[in-house]
Amino acid sequence: MKETTVDKVLGHPRNAWYVAAWDHEVNRKPLARTVANRPLALYRTEDGDAVALADACWHRLAPLSMGKLEGRDGIRCPYHGILYNSAGRCVSMPAQETINPSATVASFPVVERHRYVWVWLGDAALADPELVPDMHQMDDPAWAGDGLTISVDCNYQLVLDNLMDLTHEEFVHSSSIGQEALSESEFTVHHDERTVTVERWMLGIDAPPFWLKNMRDKFPGFEGKVDRWQIIHFESPSTINIDVGVARAGTGAPQGDRSQGVNGYVMNTISPVTDRSCRYFWAFMRNYRLESQVITTQLRDGVSGVFKEDEDMLVAQQAAIDANPDYEFYSLNIDAGGMWVRRLIERQLAAEGRLPAPVSAG
Amino acid sequence: MATSHAVVWQRATVVDSTALTGDIRRIVLAPDHPARADAGAHIDVRVPIGGVLDRRSYSVVDAGPEGRTLAISVLDSPRSRGGARAMHALRPGDTIEITQPIVDFPLRVGAAHYVLLAGGIGITAVMGMASVLRSVGADYTLVYAGRSRPALAYLDQLLNAHGDRLRLHITGEGSPLDVTELVGGVEPGTELYLCGPIRLMDAVRRAWIERELPYPDLRFETFGNSGWFAPEDFVVRIPRIGAEVTVRATETMLEALEAAEVDLMFDCRKGECGLCEVRVLDLDGDIDHRDVFYSERQKDSRGKMCCCVSRVVAPPGGTAVVTIDIS
Ligand code: FES
Ligand code: FES
Ligand SMILES: [Fe+2]
Repeated sequence: MKETTVDKVLGHPRNAWYVAAWDHEVNRKPLARTVANRPLALYRTEDGDAVALADACWHRLAPLSMGKLEGRDGIRCPYHGILYNSAGRCVSMPAQETINPSATVASFPVVERHRYVWVWLGDAALADPELVPDMHQMDDPAWAGDGLTISVDCNYQLVLDNLMDLTHEEFVHSSSIGQEALSESEFTVHHDERTVTVERWMLGIDAPPFWLKNMRDKFPGFEGKVDRWQIIHFESPSTINIDVGVARAGTGAPQGDRSQGVNGYVMNTISPVTDRSCRYFWAFMRNYRLESQVITTQLRDGVSGVFKEDEDMLVAQQAAIDANPDYEFYSLNIDAGGMWVRRLIERQLAAEGRLPAPVSAG
Repeated sequence: MATSHAVVWQRATVVDSTALTGDIRRIVLAPDHPARADAGAHIDVRVPIGGVLDRRSYSVVDAGPEGRTLAISVLDSPRSRGGARAMHALRPGDTIEITQPIVDFPLRVGAAHYVLLAGGIGITAVMGMASVLRSVGADYTLVYAGRSRPALAYLDQLLNAHGDRLRLHITGEGSPLDVTELVGGVEPGTELYLCGPIRLMDAVRRAWIERELPYPDLRFETFGNSGWFAPEDFVVRIPRIGAEVTVRATETMLEALEAAEVDLMFDCRKGECGLCEVRVLDLDGDIDHRDVFYSERQKDSRGKMCCCVSRVVAPPGGTAVVTIDIS
């Protein structure tokens, strides 16, 4: 098995759950979404079940997403009117008395969980809902928050790299969450077959503007030093939840007492769209001042501004990768988390018989 | 349920050929460009018949990882048109042209119950489905009907793998399949996947419609190669172009007309799409409709036929002649 992680951009495992949409985006009007190079028509049946059909009619490949929903669970092709049910079976062929037995479109397994609609585009027999990544903070009553979607013109792996190494905050996000302490502090990395964890503590530091505001939301008038943490949890193939927060310095946060601090979870899950684009679903969840819609909106908008800085960098990075196909990546010690992620994904690709990556620009 | 309809021709090497029954051989192929074979997949094969390459479809019975080997099983019956004989003659090391696996008969995972129904060699189309359903812990019954025990390919293997989920109906042992009873006992939410001779398909379809079960939940695969009557020679006349062609028992009407350079439209060549339709102007004998394109009403009216699969049989003591017009 190939054990080096030298590919700059990676293919995506097929046997995995990917988020196609937020739950509120899928309703009684078809939605066109491409996930992992597969165009999908997403809709909801009258019973409220989300459906993901291949967005190409069996007959002449017209996009079903341009069609109309009909009956309890049907969708009618907008071109010559073939009607399909939610299993992708043709129910009626308007111009003839029988139905061609091969008239089907693929209907992909769907699970709704954590406010997202997840789809499985690989081997349906392996589509175990237990494999949906843990993002329980998204709809756990102990947490509040909201998020958005970013469409980024880069390979999904570059977003994962970005989230696995937060030393970039000092340079990319200097006005909000960046500070020197980030690149100066030690970090530890752990991994198993499906997860990678990177943990970093910065003790007795000044709170950067974003965190100072959050502390003051919970502890009005707060002044002083803080202990800050970032614990990055990756779950294969493309979900990263980051446990972040600050607490009054020296009140025991590293030992587990976070009562004198504020805690957030940055929930991120990235769905490949094509080999050069992805859809990045994120949310910022917090476990304090749950009642405050103002804080929910402020945090969502604040994080959205921070992520815009990432997006600009990622698009520029992908362009530079493609413009320099003969240049390779070199790695730094800070890349340990991202390199483990790449290795886990490459192992999964190899197990699916799909290495080398079809998208290698090198 | 990713389905692939793409037709990609390639070379394959025969790695094994074993007799399973008196008239069925299992042939294992190693394709040059392997691709995954999902349950319900078939391959098309180019077989030499009388010096010309003809196309036949065979279900993939089982496949190695990522489709690196593909096993098919071929029945050579006295009614076979020569393709099966050529397939049976293949020996390890021989090469043939095949397509990558094509899925026109996909299995959907997630139904409440399943019945997989195979008549004779039709077992080849549903065996892969049975293993998938077993591996995902689905509620399924595999019904296998045939003439006699020795004629049933893969019987021991299926008994081992599926235990009491396998129901056998053997005419020679006095336990023939009762279609009305089978369909009558189907629970709501059942998907039935069927591959077998046209009589069986027809009986199941009637019973299914009679019980008002959802038609899309009845799934079947047909390669258009079985009929109500044994194939026999018949004559086709096309007055408008002054043609008269004899269709031999070993060829299809479409093949015979093509050989006579009649310009005909077609697509599937297995009785599904209806593009090869010809209009029947006059008929001595009866039409053996072997397609699934026409409704019962249309078939009974004898006004049109799908010439890729359907045939004409002689009236008692007479000769079979059909006079047609074409598009
Ligand atoms: S393209 Fe959909 S019915 Fe023709
Ligand atoms: S060619 Fe399709 S039915 Fe004859
Ligand atoms: Fe960032």
